Amino acid sequence: MTPVNAPASTRRSKRVLPGFGLTMGMTLTYLGVIVLLPVIALVLKGAEIGPARFFAIATAPRTMAALQLTLTAAAMATVFNAVYGLLMAWVLVRYDFPGKRLLDAMVDIPFALPTAVAGLALSALFATNGWYGALLEPLGIKVVFTIWGVAVAMSFTSIPFVIRAVQPVLEDLDPQYEQAAVTLGAHPFTIFCRVIFPAILPAFLVGVTLSFARSLGEFGAVVFIAGNLPMETEIASLLAVIRLEEYDYNGASVIALMLLLIALLLLAVSNLMQAQALRYKGGGS
Amino acid sequence: MKTYLIAAALAFGLAAPAVAQDKILNVSYDVARELFAEINPVFAAKWKAESGHDVVIDQSHGGSSKQARAILEGLPADVVTFNQVTDIDVLAEGGLVDANWREAFGNNASPYYSLPAFLVRKDNPKGIKDWDDLVKDGVQVVFPNPKTSGNARYTYLAAYAYALDKNGGDQAKAQEFVKDLFSHVPVFDQGGRASTVTFAEKEIGDVLITFEAETGGIAKEYADKGFVRVTPSLSLFSEFPVAIVTENAKKAGSEAVSKAYLDFLYAPEGQQILAKHFYRVYDEAAKAAFAANFPEVKLVTVEDVFGGWDKVKSEHFAEGGILDTVFVNQ
Amino acid sequence: MQAPPPGALAPRASQFVPRLLIGVALALTAIFVVVPMAYIFHRAFAEGWRLFAANVLEPNTLHAIGLTALVAVLVLPVNIAFGIASAWLIARFTFPGRKLLLTLIEIPFSISPIIAGICYLLLYGRQGLIGPWLIAHDMQILFALPGIVMVTLFVTAPFVMREVLPLMQAQGSEQEQAALTLGASGWQVFRRVTLPNIRWALLYGAVLCGARAVGEFGGVSVVSGNIRGQTNTLPLQIELLFNDLNVTGAFAAATMLTLIALVVLVMKTLMEMRRG
Repeated sequence: MTPVNAPASTRRSKRVLPGFGLTMGMTLTYLGVIVLLPVIALVLKGAEIGPARFFAIATAPRTMAALQLTLTAAAMATVFNAVYGLLMAWVLVRYDFPGKRLLDAMVDIPFALPTAVAGLALSALFATNGWYGALLEPLGIKVVFTIWGVAVAMSFTSIPFVIRAVQPVLEDLDPQYEQAAVTLGAHPFTIFCRVIFPAILPAFLVGVTLSFARSLGEFGAVVFIAGNLPMETEIASLLAVIRLEEYDYNGASVIALMLLLIALLLLAVSNLMQAQALRYKGGGS
Repeated sequence: MKTYLIAAALAFGLAAPAVAQDKILNVSYDVARELFAEINPVFAAKWKAESGHDVVIDQSHGGSSKQARAILEGLPADVVTFNQVTDIDVLAEGGLVDANWREAFGNNASPYYSLPAFLVRKDNPKGIKDWDDLVKDGVQVVFPNPKTSGNARYTYLAAYAYALDKNGGDQAKAQEFVKDLFSHVPVFDQGGRASTVTFAEKEIGDVLITFEAETGGIAKEYADKGFVRVTPSLSLFSEFPVAIVTENAKKAGSEAVSKAYLDFLYAPEGQQILAKHFYRVYDEAAKAAFAANFPEVKLVTVEDVFGGWDKVKSEHFAEGGILDTVFVNQ
Repeated sequence: MQAPPPGALAPRASQFVPRLLIGVALALTAIFVVVPMAYIFHRAFAEGWRLFAANVLEPNTLHAIGLTALVAVLVLPVNIAFGIASAWLIARFTFPGRKLLLTLIEIPFSISPIIAGICYLLLYGRQGLIGPWLIAHDMQILFALPGIVMVTLFVTAPFVMREVLPLMQAQGSEQEQAALTLGASGWQVFRRVTLPNIRWALLYGAVLCGARAVGEFGGVSVVSGNIRGQTNTLPLQIELLFNDLNVTGAFAAATMLTLIALVVLVMKTLMEMRRG
């Protein structure tokens, strides 16, 4: 995400720059009104429920099943995106071929395309009477209304993360180590594993974490393709909505709070890794 | 950015009111989409002739309990046209609707009625005739989530009533039957229409259970797919209660037009449109004109079988009630 | 882009491995990214141009397009101002809680928009924290434009800041300090020095923010109330049309959003070329 490494030497002169009060005021106002106040409403609601009731809702079989499904499908999507993203980054940086620029631009489609649109298209394509579904059905593979459908939707909406994280690092990689290894007669695969992969690993992990976080939060694309079967294909954020629609505000708040906690945790992990990735990169440049 | 502005100007220009006009928001259940799309213009013309005012009728559709919750949260509905008494009771408890709302309009504030019925695929390959056929091996049944959809709650109660009737009032056997029925449902959508889409567009399931009115409309809409309507031997009298959301209507000054709007559903003209959309009505002329839409069926009521809505609410739908124990909903 | 030494990895091997990798990459991108997007147009036009035009010009769909555009127009300036202010604050000053602030700004990015919607309901709903007060004072936030705009602001909060901040940090403040020393006012410094330096990143962030604002679904669906022709944004209108059994109409509405996405892609590519 965002590197925070202002040079320390300018610290003293900083206050000379104008706008501290103004920008602080604007930032806190926006953050307070738009983000924090609503989140506080959720936390207060959660606190009102009481620990025993909270725990009971959080560990109810249906809540657990929804969380498990969400985490499993997000993991499946992330594994696919990790492999595909690495491949794409490699191909885009290391090879020249006609249409490369176009392919590079295509990568961002999932970010630009609204998730509901993606869900609509994917569910129609993978339906048993759709283009992909008709091909997969004779093979006994069912995507729509299964965990695979959930994973496909999550994967689509988070495709660019790994690619965009790895690509710049791969571009900046110092070729001298690689060339040395080639001179020493190392096998290309060995070179990749021993020289290249360790160098891109921090960026790769950041991309993977972001991809996983985005998959956990995805809603629009998933609901079109998942089928909301309780205990089987019901993602956690959908369960939160269902609880809301059942007037079960406590249930909705508990699930929302748990998702919020997981998101914060992932954010912390990713920020930590980012700091590390920067340190790694900083050594080279 | 310029195109945005032009598009916005265009859209809002089109929607901008030219003369002073009345405006109501009708918050309704999910499968009433086509019904009110037809009723609203006819009512608007009538209202214009009677009062000289133009009226704009906004529609919001969704599972009826979900809609009730949205109104409780502040959705500014002037009138509600729901499919379940309990969902208006909730609004009455919240102080938004008069406590005696059932007396405000005829037939217990229910201008029309329907019943849970079946829709099966072309030529009825699984030979579905009655409730018992639904729980046979390999039969997949589609209906929405009974926690969010009034439509599905009628289905649940109808199946329950059927099993009680068949087993001489044995509650345990009835619960077993509905539990079995739930296990044949591959997908629980949020509202009645989503279930229709699941059945008709995504081609999931062998039977769709929804209001008879929806089975009739869908069979007509998808004539090329050859869906067959099946009316079970016994079903549940399903009311479609209406009410003015007094608190909102007062604020908006829309009480008169709201009342006229709901009255129109009882008028001969309104009843004709309702019957055309496969809703059972009370008006004799409309009944006769669309007699072919309504096969004979034995109907039982919530009052007869379950002792009224209050009892249903506390015994079946309350947290930890019978519905919770038989529905996969821990 | 750095030109790699041809065949750096496999001096002895044939072109087999690169070709295989390129082939797989192209195939996967076609299957998972390009076809789904092309499919939307395929379905929208499946029943002819005339029906497509009729579907897009249908008053409720037209209204949804207008509302979506209006939301984007309202969200963008606020978000841009916030993005610049927060990036300036974090890049140019050190103060306790700076890292915490950064994390707080990024919350919306990693949280499901549905949760944003639920938070808003718990705050502004009639049964929420300040909902009763609002209703007593006749202020409609939920199920109306303000609610939709605020949830969209929540969801898009980090977008501009994330693009502008790294650039501000990388550029340092020497130019601005110099301008100040020469007697320029703070506002002049911002307009003449800071803004030109960050303009591409700012535009880029604004484009991403706009794309997200236009496409937001989950959060808005909780607070919209789905009033046809009133509070349905374009993504919600797609779902509504789908449930109206008008699948072709749903895909027609989806093409509008897909076109916006394509414009975003082109703008992004152009800006990346400008940025070098």
